[in-house]
Amino acid sequence: MSSAATTADSDIPKKPHVLLISPPSRWWVVPFGELWDFRELLYFFVWRDIKVRYKQTAIGIAWAVLQPLLTMIVFSLFFGRLAHIPSGGLPYPVFYYSALLPWLYFATSLQNATNAIVENQRMVTKVYFPRLTLPLSSVLSGLVDFGVSFVMFIVMMIYYGIRPHAAIVWLPGFLLLAMLTAFGVGLWLSALNAIYRDVKYVVPFLVQFWMFASPVAYPSSLVPGKWRSLYGLNPMAGVIEGFRWSLAGSGQPPGHMLVFSSLAVVVILMGGLAYFQKMESTIADVV
Amino acid sequence: MSETAIHAQGLSKRYRVGERERYLALRDLITRTIAAPFRVASRRQTNVLWALRELSFEIKQGEVVGLIGRNGAGKSTLLKVLSRITKPTSGWVEVHGRVGSLLEVGTGFHPELTGRENVYLSGAVLGMKRAEIDRKFDEIVAFAEVERFLDSQLKHFSTGMQMRLAFAVAAHLEPEILLVDEVLAVGDLEFQKKCLGKMSEVSKGGRTIVFVSHQMSQIRRLCERVIWIDDGGIRQDGATLDVVSAYETAFTQIPTESGNGQTPPRGIYFQKWELLDEEYEPRNVLRHLGPVCFRLVLRMSETFSKGLYAIQLVDDNGQMIWHGNFSLSITEPGTFEFIHRLPTIPIKPGSYRWKAAVYDGHRWSDVWWGVPDLIIGTTPMTNTADEFQGLLNLPCELEVKRLRDSAEPDRQQVTQNDSV
Repeated sequence: MSSAATTADSDIPKKPHVLLISPPSRWWVVPFGELWDFRELLYFFVWRDIKVRYKQTAIGIAWAVLQPLLTMIVFSLFFGRLAHIPSGGLPYPVFYYSALLPWLYFATSLQNATNAIVENQRMVTKVYFPRLTLPLSSVLSGLVDFGVSFVMFIVMMIYYGIRPHAAIVWLPGFLLLAMLTAFGVGLWLSALNAIYRDVKYVVPFLVQFWMFASPVAYPSSLVPGKWRSLYGLNPMAGVIEGFRWSLAGSGQPPGHMLVFSSLAVVVILMGGLAYFQKMESTIADVV
Repeated sequence: MSETAIHAQGLSKRYRVGERERYLALRDLITRTIAAPFRVASRRQTNVLWALRELSFEIKQGEVVGLIGRNGAGKSTLLKVLSRITKPTSGWVEVHGRVGSLLEVGTGFHPELTGRENVYLSGAVLGMKRAEIDRKFDEIVAFAEVERFLDSQLKHFSTGMQMRLAFAVAAHLEPEILLVDEVLAVGDLEFQKKCLGKMSEVSKGGRTIVFVSHQMSQIRRLCERVIWIDDGGIRQDGATLDVVSAYETAFTQIPTESGNGQTPPRGIYFQKWELLDEEYEPRNVLRHLGPVCFRLVLRMSETFSKGLYAIQLVDDNGQMIWHGNFSLSITEPGTFEFIHRLPTIPIKPGSYRWKAAVYDGHRWSDVWWGVPDLIIGTTPMTNTADEFQGLLNLPCELEVKRLRDSAEPDRQQVTQNDSV
């Protein structure tokens, strides 16, 4: 390589089999190819998160059922029996549990994703891997808990004699939407948390407020019609209504609310990816 | 003609001092954002630290390169840039081949997981494929000597066992380019020896290694080329012998005048020493195993009739290597040079000190630690066991001959063929 050729910026050598390390560029590209190369690492992160989550607990994975179950009982008692929130003809336990399934998945995934970079600080500062794998693994490993608590839901369906209907085929789509929301917001928060530890203290409040801004404790039919589209900008509103509809057949298919929810997810996710990529190049210096 | 493995051009890395060390609170961000419009250009210049400045170098495939320099000189930052943990501020590096970096022992270990699980996790974090770990698993476990504890949680391992397991995983990485920070400083001597052995084995396999260490003995052993990083830039880049000698000299060559700061009790004053039979600078580096001649200058303001002069050679650990005792009589005061002639100083490469003293018949009058240190820069033997066994650097030739049994003359023909 002649030294004369390398003085100009445009002469930075580019060969396919060679890795070029250079200052962070202003443009961001999601490194899908690289993520694919590191898929085994992603698998190991997910596997580790699952293995470690209930280590040294007395009842282990049973927590995945107990959390939504206990919350469901409390909600059924206070919001249902005492406040008489309309449940669209569903038994309160089914009404609440079907909303808590996606909500608790979202809330724990978001909290884990927020801490993903900081908790793996030592690794982040000592070895290279696409940092995206960390929040991504938090979101993926939450699916196991989701699956376990879903089994409980099936038991409840049988107990209340509710038959699933055709709308259930949409369920994976709603779950995907919940994943993408948790991932998108998790990207923002995990990168921010690496720099500002305040985020860690903000997230519990955020989750709490967000829950009341989502139809977990009440049906979205309580929201006045003209506000419904705005309400739909909260992706979890679409997700939770979608869950209730596809699992228990309650209410209307969340048609145009879902359009707004999906749009919001796309915006959050793109923004999150861009911000995360921007932070990734210096995250090891500041974390 | 060998291929390039790493090619860096004008590599610089800037840190904003402060941001790296303390956490930013949101409060700071808010006050800063509010204050930002009122403070235009002043901030950029002030608290900035250049950890790397315009580094350019090229490393060929199969080279084993040592990075040396003081703490904070930029060695670790350079390794971080090369291993892509952080991006450079300007300049670029071209890396040809798969990179494995080992900046810490036990990266990715989780205390709640078992030894077996941690091997897989750490291996994956360091860049191994699952199939690769499967294949090497038994070898790794045997290397770490933790077979019996494989299925207990890592938190129940002793620190030493954790280290061994961690290094065992790392040692079985097989990247084309291996970046190693000072990780060999851990573990007991026996295990260090094993690790060094493994590393030289790896380098003989034709892989490129970039290696940071403060232990010059390790650098001498493993590297053929050394880059001396000072204040973010390259101070010297060349053959191990030259760079390490210069580095060691730079830190010992402070005073050339005498010694311990006190006024000598009876007017005896050591001034300096130097090698005489070396025509090049510096005059304290010995580069061969042949005859050595060195000179020590001292000033005496008193006379001796039955004095004693003693000189010792002491190694880094304070172990005395050689001691010489001579009777001394000085009939008139003045400045003297003591010329010493030795057939050879056959010790291993490294940094050694002279300790000289004069005894005036009643007590030791002046004890002097000869600065600068004597740097032995002769080529070490190639045997990897050298580092830990023995003090001497003796070039020894071995010839193997089969003794012929005179009772069996018929076999003579046969033995000649296989006795090479």
